[in-house]
Amino acid sequence: MVAETPVTASASNARVQTEPTPPFVEVQDLSIHYGGKKILSGVSFDIYENEIFGIIGPANSGKTSFLRALNRMDMFTPGMNVTGTIKIDGHDIQRWKNVYALRRRIGVVFPLPVGLPLSVYDNVALAPRLAGIKRRSELDIIVERCLTRAALWEEVKDRLDSLGSLLSGGQQQRLTIARALSQDPDLLLLDEFSIAVDPVTTMRIEDVLKELKHEITIVLVTNLVQQTRRLSDRTAFLLSGELVEVGETAELFEGKVRDQRTLGYLEGRFG
Amino acid sequence: MEPQTTDRARSRRERRRGEDRRDRNWYIDKAVQALVFIGGISGILFIIGIFVFITKEGYGFIAETLDIGEFLTSPRWRPTSDHNPTYGALALIAGTTSVTGLAMLVSVPFSLGAAIYIGEFAKGRTRETLKILVELLAAIPSVVWGFIGLSIMNPLIIKTFNVPIGLNVLNSGLILGLMAAPIMTTIAEDALKAVPDTYREAAEALGATKWQVIYRVVLPAGKNGLVAAVLLGVGRGFGETMAVLMASGHSINLPTSVFDSVRALTATIAAELGETAVGSDHYRALFTLGILLFVVTFVINLTADLVVRGIRKK
Repeated sequence: MVAETPVTASASNARVQTEPTPPFVEVQDLSIHYGGKKILSGVSFDIYENEIFGIIGPANSGKTSFLRALNRMDMFTPGMNVTGTIKIDGHDIQRWKNVYALRRRIGVVFPLPVGLPLSVYDNVALAPRLAGIKRRSELDIIVERCLTRAALWEEVKDRLDSLGSLLSGGQQQRLTIARALSQDPDLLLLDEFSIAVDPVTTMRIEDVLKELKHEITIVLVTNLVQQTRRLSDRTAFLLSGELVEVGETAELFEGKVRDQRTLGYLEGRFG
Repeated sequence: MEPQTTDRARSRRERRRGEDRRDRNWYIDKAVQALVFIGGISGILFIIGIFVFITKEGYGFIAETLDIGEFLTSPRWRPTSDHNPTYGALALIAGTTSVTGLAMLVSVPFSLGAAIYIGEFAKGRTRETLKILVELLAAIPSVVWGFIGLSIMNPLIIKTFNVPIGLNVLNSGLILGLMAAPIMTTIAEDALKAVPDTYREAAEALGATKWQVIYRVVLPAGKNGLVAAVLLGVGRGFGETMAVLMASGHSINLPTSVFDSVRALTATIAAELGETAVGSDHYRALFTLGILLFVVTFVINLTADLVVRGIRKK
């Protein structure tokens, strides 16, 4: 980002006034096809810097596919076809020369925890190592910082050498979050992160996310309407691959909706 | 309110009470359990049986005639000598070891490479075709490999390296490597396929390149299977008889270079057993070689098991 842009991290509602900040992610007319099937049809919206952007909607509404398109995981998915443009930080991601460098800027947390069959330490140190950091002291700092941020450090600091895949489900999910943070991303994508996590831990992670948004732009895909209410500044509602509406979360929950379907979904009248 | 039981619930309960008897499914279950148990235990019984048989034939010889020190350290295998037969197996052990060693040197990198290509890079039809071809290669009879060693490799080695004889460690090592590679490839590819895709995706999401994903995540995750694949190849090398018999030159030698002819343990048994009188010293000496092969194979498998367990524990 350009340096003269005023930093608006102090309060999330200040962002609305300093609108000249260009959106961090611009989605324009994005469609995703899977084989012959349409998953996402021509959606457009912007995601601003330092906000938590919630995406809600029932199953098969295209939420996960959108996240996959964001970090170009479509490259690995045979039959997945993405049209339209996504710009991150002003650059069209389809034109990115080194897709690996793009992914290093984006942290991803999957719905089900993926503890790689490496030690807890190596799980978190993997991304920094991939980026070429070799010094143990440097890695130590990153590992401790990321585990602390993911609210896991206290529980695992005495067994950093044990296998990450042996941790409990909730711990593995926090390990995944620590791993996603270890590459120091600009953008953090969370895909229903709390599915395998108990409510208490979920709350702790949510607190972490509220802190993190001052330095990272977060996209939160969730099935839990109340979670998006608690966390996101703005929320998009997807239904069967269509963007029903996108707006300030607080306003949506106050009932200021443009589409009655949004209200129905938020109030749990259909899903 | 009075709890009400409907007629439907009552009759259902009556019916269920009558169901407590040993029906067809119960007997089938017991029968299958018994059959599977017999199948499982018979494998172990056969192995014990083989061990007992080989030991019985060779044991008397080991106890009475054989000098274990000579057996393991002398390269002189002269069981047919009239006045002073010697039973030194060192040259045979060296023959088997050198051929297997060279074979592994050749085949391990190639088959791991092939497995990584088939499992991680090749897609769709290429992948299926390659898999079928590799499995086809594994089905080539060993005598055909021996024939290739004898009639193609032999003159080729003589011509290329300008050596008097082309039936040697190099020839049989290459042949054995080619033979072991398809099996190792198949097993190693299975091991890679067993690594969940979620691991790959997680690493890709971290910005890992294709090679980084393989090197940092897939190979460590599939380590056990890969070790098993390599050891299966080693086992194949030790046990292979016909191809080695045909391509190694079959002459008793402590090899000092890859151009020396050697003789393998297995080939010795195969070539000589038919010409010995049952129960003679020579006959029993061959069984002693069999025991040695058995022990070596056992040790390899045990090591593999311990290695794999060690990896798991960590």
